[in-house]
Amino acid sequence: MSSAKNININLKIWRQKNAKAKGSMETYKLDNVSTASSFLEMLDQLNEQLINDKKEPVAFDHDCREGICGMCSLYINGRAHGPDTGTTTCQLHMRKFNDGDTIFIEPWRSKAFPVVKDLVVDRSAFDRIQQAGGFVSVNTSGRTMDANAIPIPKEDADKSFMAAACIGCGACVATCKNGSAMLFVGAKVSQYALLPQGKVEATQRVLNMVRQMDEEGFGNCTNTGACEVECPKGISLENIARMNREYLKASLK
Amino acid sequence: MAKSALLKSSIAKKYWMAFTGLFLCLFLAGHLAGNLQLLVPNNALNFNKYALFMTTNPAVKILSYVTYLSILFHAVDGFLLTYQNIKARPVGYAKSNPSANSSFSSRNMAVLGTLILVFIVTHMVNFWAKMHFDQNIPLQTITVEVMGQKQELYLMTNDGYMATSQVAKTKEEAAKSGAQVYIKNRTEFYNTQADVKVGEGYKDLYKITVAFFKDPKYGLIATILYVVAMGVLAFHLLHGFQSAFQSIGLNSSTWIPKIKLFGKLFAIIVPILFAIIPVYIHFILK
Ligand code: HEM
Ligand code: SF4
Ligand code: FES
Repeated sequence: MSSAKNININLKIWRQKNAKAKGSMETYKLDNVSTASSFLEMLDQLNEQLINDKKEPVAFDHDCREGICGMCSLYINGRAHGPDTGTTTCQLHMRKFNDGDTIFIEPWRSKAFPVVKDLVVDRSAFDRIQQAGGFVSVNTSGRTMDANAIPIPKEDADKSFMAAACIGCGACVATCKNGSAMLFVGAKVSQYALLPQGKVEATQRVLNMVRQMDEEGFGNCTNTGACEVECPKGISLENIARMNREYLKASLK
Repeated sequence: MAKSALLKSSIAKKYWMAFTGLFLCLFLAGHLAGNLQLLVPNNALNFNKYALFMTTNPAVKILSYVTYLSILFHAVDGFLLTYQNIKARPVGYAKSNPSANSSFSSRNMAVLGTLILVFIVTHMVNFWAKMHFDQNIPLQTITVEVMGQKQELYLMTNDGYMATSQVAKTKEEAAKSGAQVYIKNRTEFYNTQADVKVGEGYKDLYKITVAFFKDPKYGLIATILYVVAMGVLAFHLLHGFQSAFQSIGLNSSTWIPKIKLFGKLFAIIVPILFAIIPVYIHFILK
């Protein structure tokens, strides 16, 4: 590992007081950022500087800071979760940047993800899509069948697991030129469609989730594939195709 | 509920895009096969016979209506999708880097499609409308030598001939000049005295086409625009062909690589073959 050094950077950050306010890009200078720090630590450092200067700190979302909760977001230098692929913003490090760099930081942009404040957006549209069908009914009468008692082909189980890796971060929507949520919904539909437990509600699930997705104002997929490239969890386009297939099956029923 | 969803949901729109798009790819292949006959030397008669078949055969007629509808539906649906997609992001990014994650074609399908639509409209005005409506459409003739004298003859669909010197353009003209035959309904030869049909000529689409691309004033620009339009089509198909299969839900690891390869070849070869024809007519054909 190369040893850490300190760099001076310029930041251009979207500032917006609240959901109704008109926002704008503001410029900040931040000196002595360790390349060993994470991107979010760099923002913490900026916020300390702002607080010391008696200014309002930048609001941004984060929670686990280890790439599993899906809470962090940020459109960094024109890319969702920054320049790396397969990582969330909390896993991005300042060693990816150079002294003197100007870094653009913007919130997810989507009609369905309204800005709450600065870089924080409201992603409850995803929750409502989940509520519309992202579940299976399980008999809890006391005679619940052990899930492992149902044989599942290894390949299906693997694919279902891979789909279930989606952390609901919304990078797919943010990066899609159409603001489409189909990678997210595709993953959520696939994770159940591939398992016997998911078959019972399969028809209603895909119809309801897609209807909710449309109602939330997400755009239409045109298969550009940008979501697959930027998804931190490597969710594959195959899941969108599977959703399209499930939807066709369900609509013809 | 399920039925109405098949018309208005986001995914249903994608199915329609995909089915109409793939049907139009089939149409392109058929259209190309017809056009390629223009490259065969001394083939005017066969080309015109083919054009006659394509405008009169009932099965082809049905296919052509499906094609018109497909173009219309594909374009309207495409505009609708694009409109909704623009609305889905009311505030754009100050900085974005789309080439990092997607191809040029995939991001510009609507622009490419609109250019294709403009091309289709002008193309139909230039050729399709002449074939269907032009009252003075030329009929195919051949020149033969009869006793050392050049003579021009109309070719008839019953394999007969009719000297052009005997044929007047209209009944009135025939009355004036005393011609034995006049032309009615654009293609039918009528005996002037008996007023009965004696045969029918071939609409000379070959001549129209060659004249169009050899026109001293506009031939070069028409050729260039045609080639550019085929370039646009190539980019549209480069993304579109494989995209259609994803839209209808086909994404198996065995088939997708094959579909992608075939789609690339189709997207490159078909427009090139189309484009060769006007280039040949303008620069090479004597
Ligand atoms: C011969 C002409 C054409 C052919 C063969 C063709 C073919 C295709 C194909 C195969 C697709 C992919 C469908 C999918 O992804 O599901 C497509 C997409 C598209 N086409 Fe066309 N097209 C033609 C003309 C047009 C025209 C005239 C327009 C518009 C005015 C247009 C606009 C679009 C748009 C906007 C898309 C992207 C929509 C999407 O991916 O969801 N196309 N086309
Ligand atoms: S599909 Fe990927 S990018 Fe989209 S929400 Fe899930 S994890 Fe995030
Ligand atoms: S903060 Fe949890 S994934 Fe980034």
